[in-house]
Order: sequence, then structure tokens, then C-alpha cells
Amino acid sequence: MPALPLEEAGKYVAGAYVVFFAVILIYVVIMAVRLSRLEREIAELDELAARKERPEPDDREEAPVP
Amino acid sequence: MRAIGALVRKDLLLELRTKETVPAMALFALVAYVLFHFALHRNALEGDLAAGVLWVTVLLAAVLGVNRLFVAEHEQGGFDGFLLAPVDRTAMLVAKVAALLCFLVVVELIAVPAFFLLLLGPGAGPAFPELLAILALADIGLAVVGTLAAGLAVQTRARDLIGPLVTLPLLVPVVIAAARSTAPLFSVPAGGTEAKWLAVLGLYDLVFVLLAYAVFDFLLED
Amino acid sequence: MYGKGLRGLSIATAATLVTAFALVFFYAPLDADQGFVQKIFYVHVPMAIVALGGFVFGGICAIAYLRTRDRKWDLRSYVAIHLSLILGLGVLVTGSIWARASWGHWWVWDEPTLVSFLIIFLLYACYQPLRFSIEDPDKQARYAAVFAILAGAFVPLNFLAVRLAQSLTHPRVLGTTGGDMPGAMRLTFLIALAGMVLLFVTLWKYEIAAKRARMRLRALRRRLLEA
Repeated sequence: MPALPLEEAGKYVAGAYVVFFAVILIYVVIMAVRLSRLEREIAELDELAARKERPEPDDREEAPVP
Repeated sequence: MRAIGALVRKDLLLELRTKETVPAMALFALVAYVLFHFALHRNALEGDLAAGVLWVTVLLAAVLGVNRLFVAEHEQGGFDGFLLAPVDRTAMLVAKVAALLCFLVVVELIAVPAFFLLLLGPGAGPAFPELLAILALADIGLAVVGTLAAGLAVQTRARDLIGPLVTLPLLVPVVIAAARSTAPLFSVPAGGTEAKWLAVLGLYDLVFVLLAYAVFDFLLED
Repeated sequence: MYGKGLRGLSIATAATLVTAFALVFFYAPLDADQGFVQKIFYVHVPMAIVALGGFVFGGICAIAYLRTRDRKWDLRSYVAIHLSLILGLGVLVTGSIWARASWGHWWVWDEPTLVSFLIIFLLYACYQPLRFSIEDPDKQARYAAVFAILAGAFVPLNFLAVRLAQSLTHPRVLGTTGGDMPGAMRLTFLIALAGMVLLFVTLWKYEIAAKRARMRLRALRRRLLEA
């Protein structure tokens, strides 16, 4: 199989390397999404902990007194 | 040893009475031949094509049987009963492999002659001793890997899908070796089998038998 | 605690990969037969080697899990297999591009590595469905470990069988001269391989750290909700 001329071959080689980098980039993006989700969970837990420390206002209804 | 015998006898008796699995496998093989006849648009096959059709059919029929192998145990609590008995757990592995092997042999007793009748070209007469050797070695591989895959699949929710999906890629070497070694037997003029394929089948069987022995216990724990 | 050494590892990975690709394009000689297209070799083959190594490593971690029942081995096995599967997909795609560039078809059955990879990819594609269709976490880990061991042992067998199946009359379509690679090519290849290995290890550690952080957060949330 004779070698392809450089211009044509270049496209394929570039394609292959692009695939490689795409794999890495997609991975990084997924990890970034996970990280932001983790941060959100931490924020929620922070709030939960803070709420536990504050004394709860008692807003139960009073029972009617005859 | 007696435990293995008892388990095998149970499975064989169950099959004899219900006749669920083996007739379905055999029927499937026959239907597959008809399909191949139409799909390939051929009246007679020989050489590579014949070997390929035979082995793909046997493989798919085996996969059908694999799915049913542990279903009874799973649904009716057979695993628990077995685990309570003071018996080496490998006994179940050996018993299931033996049962599947028996099913395969019976199915092949029907499917292989049917293949000669329906699809094998005239003059492409097989050398029986070699064909039997290939069938035996391949059957061991099919039975061991099939049992392992069935054990894995039976606990999952999508067991009808996972079973074949796991079994088929694992069996590719068996298909390669079996088909390549059978092809010269079906050629006109018939040649001899290449020994290297039998060696590959043997190696495959050995590796998976050892693996099965090492790993099967973990499938049974509860 | 999480991502210990991860920064150094990432820097090393980036440096090695950049060096490797610089070497590929500015140092390694042009292949006599395939010309410029052969450069794909430096990304395709290291990915293949690392993916296969990753699958086998996943099997080894699975053995460790079954022996120790420590869930961290199960996590390591899962991530290794998961990463290798992604790399495997990359191998198939780059291999296909290479086939198209040098042979005109998007797929060649004559290239044993590519065919073996297809089979292995199809097998390991069942790993996650298998895992997630078992609900009990302990059973899930155990069954996944069994699968990883079986599949890991299968990898070399598969390569042997497929390689044997390619008859000797078909020359390797995508191979490079293998043993007698000129020194410059071999150096470039080795550095590319090293970069790929580092990449795998970095991503592997990274994903394990992320998963463990999430598990601990979940546990923390449970504790906070119950207290």
C-alpha cells in the first residue's frame, strides 16, 4: 500500500491524536462535574450541621384549651 | 464424589422428566440449519463455511442451555439447601459442568448428524476420530465456561441477557480453534486436522478448569 | 489524604506526554512503508498495551479483594477496568483510523490486535451492567471480582488464539517492524508508552480519590441526618 501524501495522511494522524486528547478531555470534564456535585453536597451538609447547632424555634400549634 | 453423583443424577433426572432444555437446544440447532440454508443461499457447504456454520450453531445452542442451568436452584432455594449440606462446594461446580456436558453431548448426537444430512456437501465426509476429539475438547470448554457464566448471571436481574453476553466473547477462542480444526475435515478433498488447534483447545480447557475451581466458591457464598 | 501525590503525578504525566509527542513529530524518523500515517502507532499501541495491562491489573485487584474482603481492592479493580474500557474504545477508534489511512477500510480483520481488542471490549462492556444489576453491595463486589478474574485470565488466551487464527500469509497490516525498529523510533515509542502508563495511573488515582470522597460524604450525611 503506497504511503498517502502528507496532506491526506496528516488528517488521519491528526484525527487519531485528537481522539486521544478527546478521551482525556472528556474524562476531565466528567471529573469536574463530579467535583461540583461534591461541593454542592458539602454545602448542603454544612447547612445541615449549622441548622443542628441553632436551637430550633418551637412552632408547634397550641392545643385549644377548653 | 457421591455428592457429585447425586447432584448430576438430580439434574439429569430433572431434565428427563421435564424435557425443558435439551429438546429446545436440539430444535434450535435444526432451525438454525434451515436459517443458514436460506441466509447463505446454499444447498451444500464445505470446508471453512461448513465448519463455521456447524460451530456457530453448536455455540448458540450451548448458550441457550447455559441460561437454564442454575435457574431451578435459584428459584427454588437449591443453593441454600446445598450450602447447608456438609459437602465440598466444588462438588456443585463439577456436577453442573458434568450435567451441561451431558446435555451438550446429547444435543450434538442430534445436531451433528443432522448437519451432515442437511447441509454438508457430498464427498465432504468427516474423519470421525478427529471430529470426535475436537467435539470432546470443545465441549469441555463450552461446559466449563458456560457453567461459570451461568453462575454469574443467575444472581443478576437481567440474567437472560447477561448470560449470553458474558459467555460468547469468552468462547471466541473455542470457536476459532474448533472451526479451524474442523474445516479441513469438511473440505473436498479432506485433509487432516492441524494439531495446533487441538493444543489451543486443550490449553483453553486447562486454564478455565483451573480458574473455575479457584473461583466458583465465591459465587456460592451467601 | 485524598489525592496525595496527585499533583506531582499529573505534572510528570503531562511532561512525559508532551515530550513524547514532541519526539513523535520532530525526532522520530518517517516510516519507509507507511509514511506519515505510521505516527498513529505512537498513540494507538501504547493505549492498547496500557488498556490490556489495566484489565489484567483489574483482575489482580479482584483477587486481592476476594482474599482480603477489603472494599478498597474492589474499588481499585472497578476503576482500573472502567478506565481500561475507555482506553480500549480509544484503541478501537484510533486503530480504525489507522486502518482507513493505510488500507482504505475502516476495519481490517487481518490485524490480530484490533480483532482481539474488539472481543475483549465486548466482554468487558458487560462488567458494568453485571455490577449494577446486582443489588446487594457485598454480592455485587464479589461477583464483579469473579468476572474480573475470569476476564483478566482470558485476555492473554484471547490474544494467543486470535494471533494464531491470522494465517501467516496475511502480513500484519498495521504492525511496525517490531523487533528491528530503529533506535529513534524505539525511544519515542518507549517514552510514549511511559506517558500512557503515567496517564493511566494518574486518572486511576484521581477517580479513586473522587469516589472515596463521595462515599465519605454520603456516610457523613447519614450520620448528620440521624444525630
